[in-house]
Amino acid sequence: MEAFTTHTGIGVPLRRSNVDTDQIIPAEYLKRVTKSGFEDGLFAAWRTDETFILNDPSYAAGSVLVAGPDFGTGSSREHAVWALMNYGFRVVISSRFADIFRGNSSKAGLLAAQCSQDDVELLWKLLENEPGTSVTVDLESRTVTAGDLTAAFQVDDYARWRLLEGLDDISLTLRHEGDITAYESGRPAWKPATL
Amino acid sequence: MGKTLAEKVWDAHVVRRGEGEPDLLYIDLHLLHEVTSPQAFDGLRLSERPVRRPDLTLATEDHNVPTTPGPITDPISLTQVQTLRRNCDEFGIKLYPMGDAEQGIVHVVGPQLGLTQPGMTVVCGDSHTSTHGAFGALAFGIGTSEVEHVLATQTLPLKPFRTMAITVEGELQEGVSAKDIVLAVIAKIGTGGGQGYVLEFRGSAIRALSMEARMTVCNMSIEAGARAGMIAPDETTFAYLEGRDHAPKGADWDAAVAAWRELRTDDDAEFDNEVIIDAASLTPFVTWGTNPGQGAPLGEAVPDPSTMDDSERHAAERALEYMGLVAGTPLRNIAVDTVFVGSCTNGRIEDLRAAAQVVKGRKVADGVRMLVVPGSARVRLQAEAEGLDAIFNEAGAEWRLPGCSMCLAMNPDKLAPGERSASTSNRNFEGRQGKGGRTHLVSPLVAAATAIRGTLSSPSDLEPVAAPAELATQEA
Repeated sequence: MEAFTTHTGIGVPLRRSNVDTDQIIPAEYLKRVTKSGFEDGLFAAWRTDETFILNDPSYAAGSVLVAGPDFGTGSSREHAVWALMNYGFRVVISSRFADIFRGNSSKAGLLAAQCSQDDVELLWKLLENEPGTSVTVDLESRTVTAGDLTAAFQVDDYARWRLLEGLDDISLTLRHEGDITAYESGRPAWKPATL
Repeated sequence: MGKTLAEKVWDAHVVRRGEGEPDLLYIDLHLLHEVTSPQAFDGLRLSERPVRRPDLTLATEDHNVPTTPGPITDPISLTQVQTLRRNCDEFGIKLYPMGDAEQGIVHVVGPQLGLTQPGMTVVCGDSHTSTHGAFGALAFGIGTSEVEHVLATQTLPLKPFRTMAITVEGELQEGVSAKDIVLAVIAKIGTGGGQGYVLEFRGSAIRALSMEARMTVCNMSIEAGARAGMIAPDETTFAYLEGRDHAPKGADWDAAVAAWRELRTDDDAEFDNEVIIDAASLTPFVTWGTNPGQGAPLGEAVPDPSTMDDSERHAAERALEYMGLVAGTPLRNIAVDTVFVGSCTNGRIEDLRAAAQVVKGRKVADGVRMLVVPGSARVRLQAEAEGLDAIFNEAGAEWRLPGCSMCLAMNPDKLAPGERSASTSNRNFEGRQGKGGRTHLVSPLVAAATAIRGTLSSPSDLEPVAAPAELATQEA
């Protein structure tokens, strides 16, 4: 995974709450067996509406999405994270993320930065008043800066460390393979097996 | 202080606990399907890692499969299914493919084989893994990176969840079912209300539910934002499990049941949160909006967004626009085009029996199509042995082959733009059942009654004999 320290890019105000993963990428786009190419499915239904924010040329090259609360609810599809990243997003800011989406983001290298809803509102106003405004997200100091606005964001300490270091969870876990083997030797014999 | 059920199962699976790190949790059962696994197997190949415990892993084909006879015709769907077959073959994983006697929706297959047992940890790259919590298992959906992690290590690093008790006391009225309980819970706490929590459903109304009904309740925990839903195992659980293919046998059974009896929240345990629901006050519940929290009792009307607070108003206005609904319209007046009975939420034998009992001797309303899709091949055979297929066919419904079907618009079963459904599935998101499709989530009883009348209805709205034709067409 690519390490994440700081990112600066165009902010995209998405004034919607409950952006579920079926909106981020509808199921018909989930049939690929790779991790790339999902940008065509990103917000596929909404993009057919010419007034949708990503159809505005000022925001089309955005890389910091600022969305309403309960972002990423619904399906566990990591394709939602891949679609955002394939399109060019590196950061999503929201006042509340669905658990599975947040977990998937940290595994895949997308920063899910949790700001207060008040700060999200301020960012929305700023980005709408001045389309194309750059937003800087600093994971080290956990701050978002845009124009005169500086806001703090929350991110889980462990997820932050892994993102900063660009570490792969599986290698970290396999350092403790002895513990896994020891645990396995103590499992009750009646636990079911599939083979 | 005592422990909650969720804490007991969690603690029994901690492989390693480190300061400032998530717990490393052992996974007892890993279920796979074709959609969220291909990239995980690719990752294993790239790092030259084997699957650590193929014997604790099981795969089935469900999301892409057509529910009419014949092969998959969409070449991209076919590639995804073939990729699963190749991966299972290469890594030595048991797979139940299309046409197999054990094939079906992953969350129907695990329990019916007896693989899902109390006190286990169960994961799958699918958010509705919460279904398995009905057995007192800690079961939750994961993303593809985590699928790869479990394949490689049989563990997951996780931060402990908080616990919330959902206590449902009292007796359900006739015609009110598990689906109505969980839709009411979601409407009460919201789609984000369960975030970070494991929900434990308890109370006399939950104890009175069958295993199928408990699975319906736990299945939709994720729609309240929760990681998992759980119900403590009891005699109902043990009776369901005893004798199933993978259930312990003989002395093992006795040892297992003894261990399972300990799996209950201690009297002095504390939940981080509690919600109390009066079962007797519940009535059939339907959704009117575009998330599962936007629901109301069937006897009410489409709500008026102008009466809502700011945070909800905007979303409600958008939802009504998408749904093509006007505030104040009685929910019972909403005419549907399609009725879908099936999915991991309500595609089990008991759900099909409930729907069949309502349509028996009646006819599906003119202009309405009703799809009945068993959750697995076993459910289909059981239903056919009981003659349910004949009841559905005689009523004018379509009796299909098992699969996820119209729950998620990933196979040929879809809504057309603007088409409206009453669906026993779990999500009413924009476009969930097909681009532009409009979904009302309902119980199997409401789905069946709706198919007969043509408008959202409960069985109590039906005439004792076949509904008069003018009722169905008048509001269509």
